[in-house]
Parts: sequence; structure tokens; C-alpha cells
Amino acid sequence: MTLLDVSGLAVRRADGHRLVGDVSFALDAGERLALIGESGSGKSLTALAVMGLLPAGMTAHGSVLLGGTQMIGAPDRTLNRVRGRTAAVIFQEPLTALDPLMRVGRQIAGPLRRRGLRGAALRAAVRAALDEVRLPERVARAYPHEISGGQRQRVAIAMALACEPAVLIADEPTTALDVTVQAEVLALLDGLVAGRGMALLFISHDLAVVAEVADRVVVLKDGSPVESGRTRDIVGQPRHAYTRALVDSARALEGELDRLAP
Amino acid sequence: MRGRFTFLAGCVLVGLILVVAAVSLVWLPYDPADTSGGRLAPPGGAHLLGTDKLGRDLLTQLMVGARIALTVGIGSVLVGGLLGVAGGLIAGFATRWLDDALSAVLDILIAFPTLLLAMLVVAAREASLGSAILAIGLAMSGVVARLTRILVKRVLAQDYITAARTSGTSWPRVVAEHVLPNIWPTLLVNLSLQLGLAVLAEASLSYLGLGPPPPNASWGRLLQEAQATVLTSPTGAIAPGVLLVVLVVGVNLVADGFRDLADPTRRRTR
Amino acid sequence: MTPAMTPAMTPAAPAVLETREAGFAYRGGRPVLEGVSVAVPAGRSLALVGESGAGKTTLLRLLLGLARPTTGQVLFDGAPLVPRDRAFRRAVQPVFQDPYSSLDPRQRVARIVSEPLRSLGLLSPGSRAARRDEAGERVAEALRSVGLPADAAGRYPHEFSGGQRQRIAIARALVCRPRVLLADEPVSALDVSTRARVVELLAGLAESHALTVVVVSHDLSVVAALCARTAVIERGRVVEQGDTADVLGAPAHPYTRRLIDSVPRLSRASRLR
Repeated sequence: MTLLDVSGLAVRRADGHRLVGDVSFALDAGERLALIGESGSGKSLTALAVMGLLPAGMTAHGSVLLGGTQMIGAPDRTLNRVRGRTAAVIFQEPLTALDPLMRVGRQIAGPLRRRGLRGAALRAAVRAALDEVRLPERVARAYPHEISGGQRQRVAIAMALACEPAVLIADEPTTALDVTVQAEVLALLDGLVAGRGMALLFISHDLAVVAEVADRVVVLKDGSPVESGRTRDIVGQPRHAYTRALVDSARALEGELDRLAP
Repeated sequence: MRGRFTFLAGCVLVGLILVVAAVSLVWLPYDPADTSGGRLAPPGGAHLLGTDKLGRDLLTQLMVGARIALTVGIGSVLVGGLLGVAGGLIAGFATRWLDDALSAVLDILIAFPTLLLAMLVVAAREASLGSAILAIGLAMSGVVARLTRILVKRVLAQDYITAARTSGTSWPRVVAEHVLPNIWPTLLVNLSLQLGLAVLAEASLSYLGLGPPPPNASWGRLLQEAQATVLTSPTGAIAPGVLLVVLVVGVNLVADGFRDLADPTRRRTR
Repeated sequence: MTPAMTPAMTPAAPAVLETREAGFAYRGGRPVLEGVSVAVPAGRSLALVGESGAGKTTLLRLLLGLARPTTGQVLFDGAPLVPRDRAFRRAVQPVFQDPYSSLDPRQRVARIVSEPLRSLGLLSPGSRAARRDEAGERVAEALRSVGLPADAAGRYPHEFSGGQRQRIAIARALVCRPRVLLADEPVSALDVSTRARVVELLAGLAESHALTVVVVSHDLSVVAALCARTAVIERGRVVEQGDTADVLGAPAHPYTRRLIDSVPRLSRASRLR
């Protein structure tokens, strides 16, 4: 069975305006798919629609089967059962994804409780979760504003992984980070996804980052897919003019660096 | 256009009260002190809305009350707005210890009960409309100043302020060209809410004898006086209540609509 | 300056902007910058490279005269920088990272772009109408040089995309014909494709307007494309500086090496191999 099966997904505003249309893709255990596009291309809305997290005033149409559950039109109870367990999300800005008034340890403990852990077992699980994202134990006692952006994103990853989801959705997880931190977080994500055999849906505007983590790509423009296929083929032989422009600008940007520091 | 509709609807409501207040200056059905109508006469007949427990014509009282409500509302918003915005601007620009000190002053002013403030003002002056306006305005200025301070700080943190400074724009010009245009819409809506609160505050001051003395009954006083007889003669309580709501809602709609009309991001883009 | 105070090693091209052993610390805090000496000679664009918290934005604020160094000196045209000096303000203009915060949402583009002209008194004396016309022409010229249509002048910032907004910000910096552009992460808030176009624009402007560009960035691909010289800053100190080709081609400091290795590149991507 396919873990995540999206077919004919559309997102509409209340006034009927179409923001995303005709998006289809499938994702199986161990697979890594990226949605790539510029701001306004609908890539983040697609991710939100998959989780049933669209903001008020927007509706999803079509079909999103997540672990066999139809997410579109499902009641909150069904969605809550699926969220976190079948699929979890990491967002771009970890500061807004964490509760500023709660110590990091307690935030990580939240989703772990859903697995029925209590007392000493819970504390051990929090320690293990921090260790898994390579964070020292003392981070558990810190508030989100007391740790760096990279550490916050690691905390967010630990929380997303707490319920052992089968699908991880990462929405621009490194866009707000410095390059060296981005490299570390990408390497961490890469290892965790591979180690757990999770499926990864990666959302980004940066082709070079995508080429680092995803095997397949769906290119979105103005809410519609223009091209999809293996990352290698898309970068090597882009067929659509828009994809070609994306590849060209990425190559143009790094061209000088390639020349100076190959 | 939502903004325009809101604005026009508000104008109609406020206009209604303004007309009533204006008419009361030149014509009243009865003398406000005339108690010949009989106690608690029902609406209809010689007294369109009936009379109060002293036999005064209710419509006359309401018309005079409109004048007082508008005077108190506009007067205290002027006092509170001018003091509050000025203080808030200074606090917004202040840094370190001065900012801390001014914030402490504002907190004390806000924590200070309006009633106590009013008693002090009345003790220093006399129980009059002017004293009520001064006391309500002073109490309001603390809240307005605190809001202004936060709004100013938020604008000052924006890069366009830094850009203005590196363009050699002087601080007074930064205030006039960037700070005020970006904070007044929110301030305006808040002041319109404050206007409604001021009219209500005057009512409680009057009740305690700290407001303008009778027979110049404000809507608030009418409401208070009608309390005891609300079950037998409800018009006395309902009528001033309705007018109060019309004024408060009207002013709010005007401010809301005006804000929307002035906001370039809410205007239709070409 | 007396000859005795002139440093022994005077560079061939006089620096427009320079810091000498500049340090900065907030009251009672650890120093954000320590002993930073960088020079911006005319026509030699400089990159200040480092990560958040390294102190590069503070350094930029020193160069912009928005903060005073707590130790050392900042020089403009060889003399201590005077922030209120109109010649300095006119010569050195900033471009910010976030194009959503750097444009006043309640002003039309014409007003935003012409602000330096009005504030620095750069319009020729004359009637109001004449000055308005002159400002209009200068704004149109600035918008043209950043590749925006002339009718952009009458619109508001929210009607533009991130990349276009950054162009408006660049037009505002250009309108007073400065010699130095100080750009703080000018493209990091933009999409990759927009990034490439804005970098291209900045490189072109440096050429056509004889501008010296100082770029603060953590993105080495931007640095390589724009700047002749690079200074790498780590925890408030310059750990390496020199010609960009040397710094990136043969990095001497391990931190520089790590920065170079961290840049995601299509040419190195693991999934393409």
C-alpha cells in the first residue's frame, strides 16, 4: 500500500479562486520526494492540505490518502489520529513552531506521552530523543529563545519524530538557517530518514538543497505541477522552460563559486 | 468595498446623534426642568417617549443628553488622545532607564482607579462637566500612551526607519513621515473605543455626584435613574441605552471604515 | 591628520571606508566585535562573510555610522566618520535583507525612492513644482536602472513581489548617486531564481555606476559572484581576508573551509551523482 497518495489535489479560497490545482504524487516507505517552486507556487499549501492543516477560508478538493485514511473532508478526530503518527511536519521557522513559554524538554515530552510513556520511562525517552538529534541533555531545561536557530530546528525534528511517523513532511526546514547549520541539519535529516526507513516529503525553493536530499521532484509553478521525475533527470535534462530557468539560475548563482573553489 | 460601506454606515449613526444634539440647541419639546408631565407617564400622547419618575419629558432629557454625551466623549478623547499620544511617542523613543521609568509611570497611571482620579480632580476644581472630562481624559491617557509606545517601538524596529536615518532624515521628519502614518490607524480605532468608554464613565461619575450636576441629565444618569423602575416603565432605561449603543457603534464603524479606506494594502490594486 | 599619525603602510588606493582595530560591545556585555580592520578601497567590492551572531551586521552598522565603535576607529575618506555629515550619508547607502520591512507600507514608491533626495537636500533650489519634477526624473532614472517600469512610481510596496521590492530598495539607495552600497544579506530572503537576477543586477550596477559594493552574507555563491575581496568573520574577529579568489580557492582557516563545504551546490549534490 502506498503511504501517501495524492491525486488531483486542489486548494481553493472561499471566493472560489484556485491556489493549487491538479497536484498528484505518491510516496512509499523509504522514498524521498521534493516539491519545488518559488514563493506563491503553492508548495507549502500542498503540504498543509496533506495534513488537513489549511488555514480557515481555504478548502482542499481531490484525494489525499495518508496511510490509507482519506484526509480531505475528514473530521478532526480522524485527522488527529493520523497527524503525528502517520505523518509529522517540520516547519521553516522553528521559533514559531515551539511554545515560547515551555521548556524544551516538556515540549518533546508532549508527543511522547501520546505513546503512553510516563515517569522515568518518559524522561529516558526525552533524553533519547535529544540524543538522536545530537543535542546535549541540558537543552531539555532551556526555553526556546535560549537556544540557537539550528538547535531549535533539531528540537522541532525531535518532536516530529517522537510518535515515530511513517511520513515526514519538511517544509523549507533549513531556509531560516545559516549555511553550515543548514548542512548539519540536512545531514541529520538524511541520516534519520534513512535509519528509520521513513518516507520524506521535502518542500523547498532551492534546487541545490533538493538535489542533496530528494530522489524525485515535482516542480510547481503558480499552483500547478509543470514537470516531475527523477531529480537527476530534471536537473540534467529539464524539459519544461520553467524548470530550465530554475536549473539555469541555480547554476548561474553557483557558477563563480564553482570556478574559484571547485 | 467593505471599508466604504462601514464608513458610511458609521457616518449615518453618528450623524443621527449629531442632528439630535444640534436640534436640542434650538428646539426642545419641553423645558428640561419642567416636571408637569406626571410621574412615569407611558409613551404616547403629549409625551412621545413618556416621562421619568420626576415627571420630566424623556425625549427632552435624551436630546439634552446627546449634547452632553458628545461633549464628554469628544472632550475626553481630545484630552486623553493628546496627552496619551505625546507621552507614548516620548516613551516609544526612549531607551534603557528612561524607557523603564516612563513605563512604570504609565503602569501606575493605568492602575490608578478612574474614580479616585475623578475625586482628586473634583476636589481640586468642582463637580462639573469640565472636571469629568479632565478626569476621564487623564485616566484614558495612560492606556493610549501605552498603546502608542508599543506601536512606536514596533515601527522603529522596521528597516525603513534605518533607511530613513541613513538618508539623513531628521527625527522629527521620521515621526511625521513614517511613525505617525503607520500608527494612527490603530490609534484611531482604539480612541473610538475609548470614546464609548468615556460616555459610560461619565455615567458612573454622575451617579456618584462627581459629574455635571442635575438637571443636565446625561444618558448615563438617565440609565441610572431608570434602574429602579425598569420593570414598570422600561422605556426610561431602553431609550438612553439604545442611543448610547448607536453612538458607540457609529463611532467605531467610522473609525474602522476610515482605517480600511486609508490602508493602501486593503485598497483594490490596479 | 598629521603626517606622524599616518600609518606606515598606506594602501595604494585610498579606502573610502575603513575600520581600524574596531571593537564593539554592548554595555556590560561580551564584545560583539574585536580588533576588526577591514578597508573598502574604491572599486574593490568587499564581502563580509560569516554566520548569524558572528558580528557582521554590527560591523555593517559601524560602517553605516548607526553605531559607534567602543574601541578603534571607523574612517570615511581617511578621516573619522561623522554620522551627521551629509557628504558621508550621500556617499554610503544601505540595502537591507528583508524587503518587506525596508519599505514603508504607507508610502508610494516615488516617495520611498526620493526620500534621500529630500532628506539630504539634493534637489536644486527652485519652485516646488520644479523640485517635484526633478525628483520625479531622478526617481524614474533610478527605477530604470534597477529594471522596474516607470509606472512603478505610483504604486505601493505591497503590490510588488519580494524581488521587485528589493529592486525598489536598491533604487532608493542609488537615487543620491552614492559611491558605496552596503548590502546586508541582500538576497537571502529571496527565491533562488530571483536571487540570481538580483545578484546580476548588483554586479551590473557596480560596473555601470562605479559603485563599490560591500556585501554582508553567509552565502558564498553570492560572494563569489559579486566581490573582489572577502573578509571571513567568526565570533567577532576577522579570521581570514584577502582576494576572493584566494580566500575561496585556497582557504587558510578551517572555518572558511567549512563555510565553502556547506554551500549546497548542484555541481556537488549527492543525489545527482
